[in-house]
Amino acid sequence: MMNAQVPVKSRESAPEEAKQEIKKQQNGAALFIESLKKQNVEIIFGYPGGAVLPLYDALYKDPIKHILARHEQGAIHAAEGYARVSGKAGVVIATSGPGATNLVTGITDAMMDSLPLVVFTGQVATTVVGTDAFQEADIVGITQPITKHNYQVKNINDIPRIVKEAFHIASTGRKGPVLVDIPKDIANTIFESEVDDNAPIDLPGYQPTLHPNFLQIQKAVKAIGEAKQPLILAGAGILAADASVELTEFAEKHNIPVTNTLLGLGSINGEHELFLGMAGMHGTFTSNMAISNCDLLINIGARFDDRLTGDLSKFAQKAKIIHIDIDPAEIGKNVPTDIPIVADAKEALKALLKQEIETPDTLLWHEYLAECLAEFPLWYDAKEPDTVYPQQAVELINRITNGEAIVTTDVGQHQMWTAQYYKFKTDHNWVTSGGLGTMGFGFPAAIGAQFAKPDQRVISIVGDAGFQMTSQELALLKEFNLPVKIVILNNSCLGMVRQWQETFYEERYSSSLMPVQPDFVKLAEAYGVKGYRINTIHEAEDILTEALLSDEPVLIDCRVKQLEVVNPMVAPGKGLDEMIGVKKG
Amino acid sequence: MKRVITVTVINQSGVLNRVTGLLMKRQFNIESITVGHTEQPGISKMTFIVHVEDENKIEQLVKQLSKQIDVIKVNDITDKSIVIRELALIKIVAPPNLRMEINSIVEPFRGSIIDMGKNVVTYQIVGNPEKIDAFIELIQPYGIKELTRTGVTAFVRDAQVKPTAQLSILQ
Repeated sequence: MMNAQVPVKSRESAPEEAKQEIKKQQNGAALFIESLKKQNVEIIFGYPGGAVLPLYDALYKDPIKHILARHEQGAIHAAEGYARVSGKAGVVIATSGPGATNLVTGITDAMMDSLPLVVFTGQVATTVVGTDAFQEADIVGITQPITKHNYQVKNINDIPRIVKEAFHIASTGRKGPVLVDIPKDIANTIFESEVDDNAPIDLPGYQPTLHPNFLQIQKAVKAIGEAKQPLILAGAGILAADASVELTEFAEKHNIPVTNTLLGLGSINGEHELFLGMAGMHGTFTSNMAISNCDLLINIGARFDDRLTGDLSKFAQKAKIIHIDIDPAEIGKNVPTDIPIVADAKEALKALLKQEIETPDTLLWHEYLAECLAEFPLWYDAKEPDTVYPQQAVELINRITNGEAIVTTDVGQHQMWTAQYYKFKTDHNWVTSGGLGTMGFGFPAAIGAQFAKPDQRVISIVGDAGFQMTSQELALLKEFNLPVKIVILNNSCLGMVRQWQETFYEERYSSSLMPVQPDFVKLAEAYGVKGYRINTIHEAEDILTEALLSDEPVLIDCRVKQLEVVNPMVAPGKGLDEMIGVKKG
Repeated sequence: MKRVITVTVINQSGVLNRVTGLLMKRQFNIESITVGHTEQPGISKMTFIVHVEDENKIEQLVKQLSKQIDVIKVNDITDKSIVIRELALIKIVAPPNLRMEINSIVEPFRGSIIDMGKNVVTYQIVGNPEKIDAFIELIQPYGIKELTRTGVTAFVRDAQVKPTAQLSILQ
């Protein structure tokens, strides 16, 4: 397994006898922290409270870094950002009751986007569980449908095993969040018996398939050898498997064009000549036409989400479908599959690369796609000479950072513009809330990403509405001097809601305009963070360059055209070949 | 269509909840569900009958159930040769003058009397659900006071021969 974590003894100085002495005095909380260390946990995002006081007391003396967020939701989104860019499981601690329920959005978000998280919640003492005690919530019941697995610790002896299993489950197979609920009295219990830490993980019901079936690979090879109009759809599974090198090699070897899902961006260089752009609702015209017209669709690590497929009855009707996924339940769920391959994306690509495939001449196909790209590129019309158009802002950010920054977003218009106009040079730099579409995700996720990659430039492109959902985490930028760059594409409204109201509800802007906004520059300054404001396009480049290239945390309130819409678009219920807002370039 | 699914699970607290919760989330309609221990300690088996619209949905159901960490094995045994049993307790209004008559209906179903009052008799019937349905239909005119069914539990037969129409009577 790729992420198998080797337990490393961290205290090697104490002699054997003394070690046992220490162990005898341990309580559950200390045992818990020790179990975390065995998983090489270096950072925890959390928020204390009554039921986790023992855990925090054990953390007090410990070198594991704990980041105190200002809201549990901030903590868990930060852990998601950390997990996305580092590939390691993000670790979260929150207290019982409201602490735990405040995590629900983040847990669901991680579940939808297959991010490895291990979430620890405090729980009231076992003696009062089930009595509606103070700050009691049935978090195991609540999170059961939104976790890959969850546990309640019922016996102190189980702590090392459960922690080990939790990390294993979270970071192998199709990754996802695992929650462990720890009652307070168990954290306080003095631990006496010895535990065999080296006991192998025994989960008979959990054996993810990593290696592809050879016969299926043979079938895929045959299909690729026959395809005159092949297309690769690369999803986040490529990133989770760290297979972007293999993907690029495979695409180049057989000269197959590549399109991405929203979450798959970065799996191939955004400037690569085989790359057609993102597909789906706000994807490029070329990508969507490629899906509609291809005769072979090779889906690697994408789950055929409805925002990608549009009307299923019109999706890739001419194509034979190969679907490579580590999760067998995704295969055939939405789109009937001709050649299913259950495997880790990297293993599957390696197996495919080993095969010699004679591919037919695909010149006509490439010509057709090149024509689409040239004739119908992404477009916007910057009519007003002074106004900043949000697409311009993203293009400037892309140019200034050379497509090499880690970029995080919330959900909505700014997310789509970023996906369209930021050309990711490398993988693991794109952090966005795809499946759940969570407002308030981007900024705390940037904090987590910056902790994971202290030397990389992290930019959080957010909307003015989403930013206000988690803006309290500005305190962390100051506290840890994190050089995160926040760019608010400020249109004083809920952009995507407004766009849909404009397009589908005859411009009835019901509760989507926000005429009163805080002064974001002052808000940043209140937290001790430097703030900039961009009012016109003429000053945009200078301010963005200065702000984005500085070593400090900054916030940029970029006032953009309010009524701009994301184009092109596949209207809900329509097929990918029925895009609106397409314009000849 | 009706499908018979068996699920082998690790007997952990909350596992029934996980399985039924998943069925609810994916909008499956459970007709009956039974759970009990198996020959292996710590392992339980659930048998449930669900209604699904098409093959795809049942494939999805099996895959989603298999994904649960506490689930060891999922089988859709509907199309196999299986033994399927359900138990029903039926309380019937049976005044002494009618008892002989009622007993003559019960007898071919190999039901047994397990409780008797002045005017009511409780019968136990074991068999496949169709047999129990048939019994209920016959006994209904006498007045059913109370009825409870366990839901089915099922096994794959040792020899996988497709049952002929004649053999199926013997089930």
